[in-house]
Amino acid sequence: MKLEEHLRGDYIRNLVKEGKRLDNRGFDEYRELEIEPGYVGEKACGSAFVKLGDTKVLAGISMDVGEPYADSPGEGVLTTSTELRPIASPYFESGPPRQESIELARIVDRGIRESGAIPTEKLAIDDEKVWVVFIDIHVLDNCGNLIDASGIASIAALLDAKMPRFEDDAIIRGEWDGKLPIESTPIPCTVAKISDQLLLDPTQDEEYAMGARLTVATTDTINAMQKGGVGTLTEKDIDDAIELAFSRGSDIRKIVEG
Amino acid sequence: MKRDEGMKLLENGKRLDGRALDEIRDVKIEVGILKRAAGSAYLEWGNNKVLAGVYYPREMHPKFMRDPTKAVLRCTYNMAPFSVDDRKRPGPDRRSQEISKILSEALSSAVIIEDYPDAGIDVSVEILQADAGTRCAGLTAASVAIADAGIPMKDLVSSCAAGKIDGEIAVDLMKEEDNYGESDVPLAILPRKKEVVLLQMDGKLSREEFKRAYKLAFDGAMKVYEIQKAALLSSMNSVKGDGE
Repeated sequence: MKLEEHLRGDYIRNLVKEGKRLDNRGFDEYRELEIEPGYVGEKACGSAFVKLGDTKVLAGISMDVGEPYADSPGEGVLTTSTELRPIASPYFESGPPRQESIELARIVDRGIRESGAIPTEKLAIDDEKVWVVFIDIHVLDNCGNLIDASGIASIAALLDAKMPRFEDDAIIRGEWDGKLPIESTPIPCTVAKISDQLLLDPTQDEEYAMGARLTVATTDTINAMQKGGVGTLTEKDIDDAIELAFSRGSDIRKIVEG
Repeated sequence: MKRDEGMKLLENGKRLDGRALDEIRDVKIEVGILKRAAGSAYLEWGNNKVLAGVYYPREMHPKFMRDPTKAVLRCTYNMAPFSVDDRKRPGPDRRSQEISKILSEALSSAVIIEDYPDAGIDVSVEILQADAGTRCAGLTAASVAIADAGIPMKDLVSSCAAGKIDGEIAVDLMKEEDNYGESDVPLAILPRKKEVVLLQMDGKLSREEFKRAYKLAFDGAMKVYEIQKAALLSSMNSVKGDGE
């Protein structure tokens, strides 16, 4: 792992110094994005299969009835989890979630939660019962930039989601009662800093090469940011990343909203 | 979190504890207070109380995580069960695991890890009392502890957060402001190079508001840097004094 990472990283760093990427993209260019909403449409409330270049992620929405948080009575609950399944990479192993997957889920969660995409106050059933919305992100093929692929799959799955029918204090599985209300479309945009350049939508090889990484999730405002990786960013890097996140984010939003 | 009707975070430009929008809480640092650790620091930041300790050089376990080109620095952020109003269940939760990861990455960006191939550097951050801003306080203490251990660094790591309360951007939010505020931007920098090693943000900020928050957090971190330097210098002076 380490040796492969070092060799591939070195190669990419030198390539970037020459102003090039291995797949000939511009530094500010996204890979091709394909979204298939309703990929698993029979059981899940909502789902979306996302291909970002060769990276493949399936997000599913499940809903249940539960209790609100003590500090947020009358508001629905959102829970986001990620599984980095061993099918997706020779370096993923079964077992409890590690820091990498916890961070991934929490970045996606913050982008969606803080944008107000899910109007939690509309998800109250009565004083004690609220809807719990689960976003489960199933990573199937890791070819880089899992954060953006997962964030896009999650909001696409939410936009696809239907409300389960709830009658006589019970959920009737397989029957639906309208759409899950979604009020905005937050889009995460991640750049990797390699040889003092910012590269949008890094591939796995570029992730081996990168120092710092910055994700900016936007709607009409900034909703979440996260710096990751070992390395530093300048104020200008951050400003450029925000600019890219707004401009590319609005392109991606059009694809997500269809 | 919902707040009671009529509760105000700002009154006549002053905050609940009387601070101005660009004023950080009092920060106090004591260096080298743990016997067993190679380096340590105790830090009080408003009502936050934080202890950081460093163990190094260590053989890196598990073995597959060893890196023949550099040391692996692992920081563990842990909240004591009694550090918050409602007891926190002991052990790592998802929040503390995420914070551990970003603190490790921030510190690895400052320490010259290339000097210690195959080795492990373990940094513990214990939050003894929490009052918002614990990741910034913990990171600030950890960097002083690493310096106290004599591990070569490019620079100290200095940290501070800013956020939005009642529509205004303010530096270094305290607990009530954090609970009822509209956004939070923790930042950590290498002060001499003015480069960023940790940045997070959540909430709703326009680009202009983010710029303002960044500036306030950056200036706050520069103030913290002076306090870190003074604490390290006085600890060295006292060592010199012992020898005379």
